[in-house]
Amino acid sequence: MATETHDAAGHAAEAASAPGMPQLDFSNWGNQIFWLLITLVVIYFVLSRIALPRIAAVLAERQGTITNDIAAAEELKAKALEAEDAYNQALADARVEAQRIVAEAKVEIQADLDVAIAKADAEIAAKAAESEKAIAEIRAGALESVVEVANDTAAELVAALGGTADEADVSAAIDARMKG
Amino acid sequence: MASEAHGAETGGLVFHPMDQFIVKPLFGGDVINWYTPTNVTLWLAIAIVCVVALMVVGTRRRAIVPSRSQSVGELAYGFVYKMVEDVAGKDAIKFFPYIMTLFMFIVFANFLGMVPMAFTTTSHFAVTVVLALLVFVTVTVVGFAKNGAAFLGLFWVKSAPLPLRPVLAIIEVISYFVRPVSHSIRLAGNVMAGHAVIKVFAGFAAIAVVSPLSVVAITAMYGLEVLVSFIQAYVFTILTCVYLKDALHPSH
Repeated sequence: MATETHDAAGHAAEAASAPGMPQLDFSNWGNQIFWLLITLVVIYFVLSRIALPRIAAVLAERQGTITNDIAAAEELKAKALEAEDAYNQALADARVEAQRIVAEAKVEIQADLDVAIAKADAEIAAKAAESEKAIAEIRAGALESVVEVANDTAAELVAALGGTADEADVSAAIDARMKG
Repeated sequence: MASEAHGAETGGLVFHPMDQFIVKPLFGGDVINWYTPTNVTLWLAIAIVCVVALMVVGTRRRAIVPSRSQSVGELAYGFVYKMVEDVAGKDAIKFFPYIMTLFMFIVFANFLGMVPMAFTTTSHFAVTVVLALLVFVTVTVVGFAKNGAAFLGLFWVKSAPLPLRPVLAIIEVISYFVRPVSHSIRLAGNVMAGHAVIKVFAGFAAIAVVSPLSVVAITAMYGLEVLVSFIQAYVFTILTCVYLKDALHPSH
């Protein structure tokens, strides 16, 4: 049966002569071990001389960079907070200043206003006094005129009625009426 | 074998699951001397090229913000470095290049073996036994060089009751010497078995009715084998770290 398998496969003689597992064919162990040792030595030197130090350096550098960056970020954050505080402080100061200026302006305006009002009051009072005086004068003038007109009118009336008017009597009578 | 041969006669089924592991001279001829370049040599060389491509060419820019290949290289570095540090301790860091060599070689040999038509170097006991013996010898030499006779305390379990200790010592000694055996056979066995199973499924694909199922099974096995490729490299490396820890700190 074994030979039939062999024929079906059409395989070389060595395959049949080898044991079931090529792994147990000890004739080529020397060869495999020789090449394996060369391989291991090459990989070892490549790794230990070139690759591993390089990767270690890269990792250390990256760690350093990350640490630095974090420190810088902390610093910047602190600076930003500081700036924000300064801004808020400036804002508060400005507000206080504005309030002070507003209050000052108000006081100033009030003072101006008071002065203006006082001046206006005084002017008004003066004008009023003047007007009163003028009115009094006019009234006095009017009274005098009334007496004069009354005298004339009374004299004319008396003359018209056919009497002769004595000026003194007429004016006495008018005075008496005026007081009346 | 007989049933396989029978299948070959009736359905044209041909099974040669182990042929993929045959060592052949690269440039013809039948004789394999110790220096003859073979398919083993070729795939070992490809593994070297891959390691160099990833770890040297990939990191050539030394960028702070890494490129894809550089970050994979850094990932491998960090993975093994952390493993050595966590498992074997801080004083094992001087063995890091050695352990990194083992890991990079095994992981690339395993994954290169997943390339169709490739030769899987780690499926051969000749390779894994050498790797395991290197670890065994290193660990033993380091253990005695660092601790002197105190290294033998590894076999003398102080936490056990006194009458039990000689028995435990015998078991410990046996298990210590079995380490390279299990260490090497675990790796080669896993890799070899997976590849052989894939080949068997591939053989079934010759029957038209079964072939869709066979293709699905090959795909599934391939996925599993990709996982196994990494896990076995990881297991080999972490066991190396564990053994190294024993050598550096032999007290239980």
